[in-house]
Amino acid sequence: MPWDRNQMAERAAAELEDGMYVNLGIGIPTLVANYTGDKDITLQSENGMLGMGPFPYEGEEDPDLINAGKQTITEMDRTAYFDSATSFGMIRGGKIAAAILGAMEVAENGDLANWMIPGKLIKGMGGAMDLVAGVGRVIVVMDHTNKKGETKLLKECTLPLTGAGVVDRIITNLGVLDVVDGGLKIVELAPEVSEDEMRAKTAAAIV
Amino acid sequence: MQKIYGSAAEALDGLLFDGMTIAAGGFGLCGIPEILIAAIRDAGTTNLTIASNNAGVDDFGLGLLLQTKQVKKMMSSYVGENDLFMQQYLSGELEIEFNPQGTLAERMRAGGAGIPGFYTKTGVGTQVAEGKEHKDFDGQTYVLERGIFADLSIVKAWKADETGNCIFRKTARNFNPPAAMCGKTCVMEVEEIVPVGTLDPDNIHLPGIYVHRLIQGEHEKRIEQRTTRARAA
Repeated sequence: MPWDRNQMAERAAAELEDGMYVNLGIGIPTLVANYTGDKDITLQSENGMLGMGPFPYEGEEDPDLINAGKQTITEMDRTAYFDSATSFGMIRGGKIAAAILGAMEVAENGDLANWMIPGKLIKGMGGAMDLVAGVGRVIVVMDHTNKKGETKLLKECTLPLTGAGVVDRIITNLGVLDVVDGGLKIVELAPEVSEDEMRAKTAAAIV
Repeated sequence: MQKIYGSAAEALDGLLFDGMTIAAGGFGLCGIPEILIAAIRDAGTTNLTIASNNAGVDDFGLGLLLQTKQVKKMMSSYVGENDLFMQQYLSGELEIEFNPQGTLAERMRAGGAGIPGFYTKTGVGTQVAEGKEHKDFDGQTYVLERGIFADLSIVKAWKADETGNCIFRKTARNFNPPAAMCGKTCVMEVEEIVPVGTLDPDNIHLPGIYVHRLIQGEHEKRIEQRTTRARAA
């Protein structure tokens, strides 16, 4: 069985190490916070917060306390607040150990596209371009194929890039791949997923 | 040094002109200068270029200035919450200059600090770097981004003293300090103006030198994505 969303998030959480400062994107990456267990992980919210806590209980929402997805959240004992220039200073300056992000397309050279579809989706990149250019390690978590069943792991991205050659590791419902010289390398297969299936559903070169 | 004004309209008097560039604080609807935005709508100033991370929602925040078609161009990183924005953009009434969020924040900070440009790795190899100067430092390629020098900054803080020294609350700080810094004139709205000496000098988030005019007012503080968890039974 390929992994479901929660299993992908759980697998992504295994990438995180004690003491890391981490930025989680919207969607499946947000679920990663549910699987960090005993590890001492500090979550950054790029609007200007380190030490992001869980969602508030109903009635305790604070309009002055939101995450980068504009959702109400809570603070923790360790929380620090700062302005957005300082926040992206720590991102651009390489202080954030890892970012876990969703993607529309990833190419075999580590190019990432996740911010726009020309003529259709014109929302903006938010902090994604800064994150992929600045953090220590970029981990993409996404379904292996799109809604039409087409692979999202390509020889070259067809959509406008978020970053060139920025992805380190990709976790999909089919398994885990690393971006290496010459293409992607299979690190792990999800249960009951064969290497043949992984290869058949991947257009990027697998080395 | 009299910085306190009785209303947003008085605080903006003499500062607004058609075709001007305004830097606005806030992230989503959090920490936005909602009173000053409404006053600019009422003033009817047109052909505005607005540097702001987001464009509000259809009926609140900067969306108010889109409704009245006062905005010519937005410099933003994310405008996905605003359908009106999308309509006006697709019909060609509104220009958008997408900026990566950190680049936008740093462009404001740089402008406020007298830095006309800086090099960043963000966006290299993407659309946002097209047509911009590139330069290699220590084997890595960077792109030149320009500081933003706005005609006016509109920002929101939690509390300010009478000289404009101010503090923000939680994540409502966001773009407010860099936006405040990059304008020729900065007008700030706060929830409470307190006497000088009330705020701890060691804990001022933005010194009053950046704040020229100050108003106090009631804030709606609308929540964009109310998200909660269930209480344990």
